[in-house]
Amino acid sequence: MSEIITTPPVSSTGRTLRTEEMILNMGPQHPATHGVLRLELVVDGEIVVDVIPHIGYLHRCFEKHCEHMTNYQQVIPYTDRMDYVASMTNEFGFVVAAERLLKIQVPERVDYIRVIMAEFQRIASHLIAIGTYGIDIGAFTPFLYCFRDREKILDLFEMTCGARLLYNYMWVGGLSHDVPPDFIPKAKEFCTYFKPNIKELNDLLTYNEIFVKRTANVGVLPADVAINYGCSGPMLRGSGVDWDLRRDDPYSVYHKFDWDVCVGKGEMGTVGDCWDRHIVRAREMEQSVRIIEQALEQIPEGDVHAAIPKRIRPNPGEVYARIESPRGELGYYIVSDGSATPYRIKARSPAFSNLSVINEISKGAMIADMVAIAGSIDIVLGEVDR
Amino acid sequence: MGLLDKQFDSSNIVVTSLDNLLNWARLSSLWQMQFGLACCAIEMMAASASNFDMMRFGVIPRATPRQCDVMIVSGTVTLKMASRIKRLYDQMAEPRYVISMGSCSNCGGPYWEHGYHVLKGVDRVIPVDVYVPGCPPRPEALLEGLIKLQEKVRHESLVKKKSA
Amino acid sequence: MSPQEILERLTAKFPDSAFGIEAKLDAPVDPFIKVSPQHIIEIAQFLRDDDELQFDFLSSLSGIDLKGKLGVVYHLSSLPKKHKIVLRVEVPTEAPEVQSVESVWKTANWHEREAFDLFGIRFTGHSDLRRILLPYDWEGYPLRKDYQVPEFYNGMKVPY
Repeated sequence: MSEIITTPPVSSTGRTLRTEEMILNMGPQHPATHGVLRLELVVDGEIVVDVIPHIGYLHRCFEKHCEHMTNYQQVIPYTDRMDYVASMTNEFGFVVAAERLLKIQVPERVDYIRVIMAEFQRIASHLIAIGTYGIDIGAFTPFLYCFRDREKILDLFEMTCGARLLYNYMWVGGLSHDVPPDFIPKAKEFCTYFKPNIKELNDLLTYNEIFVKRTANVGVLPADVAINYGCSGPMLRGSGVDWDLRRDDPYSVYHKFDWDVCVGKGEMGTVGDCWDRHIVRAREMEQSVRIIEQALEQIPEGDVHAAIPKRIRPNPGEVYARIESPRGELGYYIVSDGSATPYRIKARSPAFSNLSVINEISKGAMIADMVAIAGSIDIVLGEVDR
Repeated sequence: MGLLDKQFDSSNIVVTSLDNLLNWARLSSLWQMQFGLACCAIEMMAASASNFDMMRFGVIPRATPRQCDVMIVSGTVTLKMASRIKRLYDQMAEPRYVISMGSCSNCGGPYWEHGYHVLKGVDRVIPVDVYVPGCPPRPEALLEGLIKLQEKVRHESLVKKKSA
Repeated sequence: MSPQEILERLTAKFPDSAFGIEAKLDAPVDPFIKVSPQHIIEIAQFLRDDDELQFDFLSSLSGIDLKGKLGVVYHLSSLPKKHKIVLRVEVPTEAPEVQSVESVWKTANWHEREAFDLFGIRFTGHSDLRRILLPYDWEGYPLRKDYQVPEFYNGMKVPY
């Protein structure tokens, strides 16, 4: 599927020397593009000269669907399907935005449960990111370890709302159900079980000699470029920018917990390389466990259905609310015209902006490094294309 | 099939029909195309990872269509992707099988009504052998679909035409 | 800084009515500042480079169909100052031309391509204004309110 184009001959040492640039197609079916991303690589031998990403192979018309729903609650299943690796956080973002538009104050128990779910989801999502990144680099075993632990989180979700992947659990104003009575002991049990596993995973993958050689000093993203391109989440923090919406633009009850924002420090190479982005994810899992443990201790009693409105009819107006999803700043821009149907919903997906920087960070890399770079961005195509 | 597994302990001679032998070989090593589309791909990954271990059925993910026997269409097929799926299907060597995983690739799923860019069912571009319902189907459901496909392969014949 | 202070700083810098600065600060939830589509780039440049404002992060750029008009909404935030503001431009549907802010924030590159793809808003000065999500040979702009879903695309039936 590759097509060869010729550039004008370059003259050197008197003789005409012909060098050619080649266009290499990577995707949409490629085991390391994490979905249906297509990268058009312009390569000069082994060196990547230019990368042209083509997206939209999973454009499922989320925004059009929202405009046809008869109710704001009906949008929630579609938000699930955008970032299918982190459905809980996607719902979280939408309900935060809708509640801000409707000026609903949810009971405190709802907020605590949402935070617990969102942090569990962050761990699950980072486990997939790390596991598949291992496969990309050539390590299959960590993938199995990651999925073993992820299944345990999915069991907790399944126990709560009956679904493994797409939950429809958070509703505008509340939750679909309260957590079952044995959820809290089981969740505590998981935290104790999981903490040593992060170290095991780090020993297995993060500090592995081959892994470090493949990722350190590869795909370096300087902080100013990251900000200019609108990168967020581990992508931005990997470049050493101390920015986390959970702390800097607080929503829900995150201000009540004691936790740290992890940033890349360039321990193995340059600040902002692939290894830094990876280690930020690995360390965020530890912080998520910390948040969950505190939340499980402090969770108050209450009725999770108390604030669910019978009819959702927001006043005309617009709102943009953003939360920190596992991939970065997830924002929902909702415009209401006063009817029960949303007039316009736009989802600002973190992976969309994160992916747009790929051309900037992969110039001059080897073809093999492209896989490491694309994997370290941790894209979910459902969210890029929506 | 009863003939095959019993005969090895007593002697090295197996008496079976050629159909049975070929089908047995085929169904025991259905290599799968490593190719994910959307949400269902995550469940497909889960099915091939630790807890469900799809490889015990002889399903090994391969990265190229030319080495594959079965294509699991795992997720929403958009109009932009449909021609690529057709091409990938054409590149697979015969006999080839398709499992349509999840509501989206069965019929458009939740995007059936307003999805202006969604193909309402992958069977509009390639023939499908087994449909697995669910949004997304659990890994167990995918394994069930795989066993159904194995059943189908078991009853194929060289002489009779393939149904799909 | 509150939206009020940001607005004051903006009007102090751009007093001319040609810039079309018009605020709706009493909006029910999110206040926004309307500006002229012909001058958005100067305003954007100022918002990013001013020491007091430092809007270095373009969170989101969305198109919107306002029935008869098309709008572009910019959600800006500042990492060092931790404040936010919403800008908005409106253009007629017949001639939807807005200055591109790609040279100010690179985020706008893909977001503007998306707005072009789904709404047909043309961004003048954009380096690579192509469709991004839909196929390059797609016809029409799906998120406009009067969009009709085509019957067929490349021989494939589109409706259920």
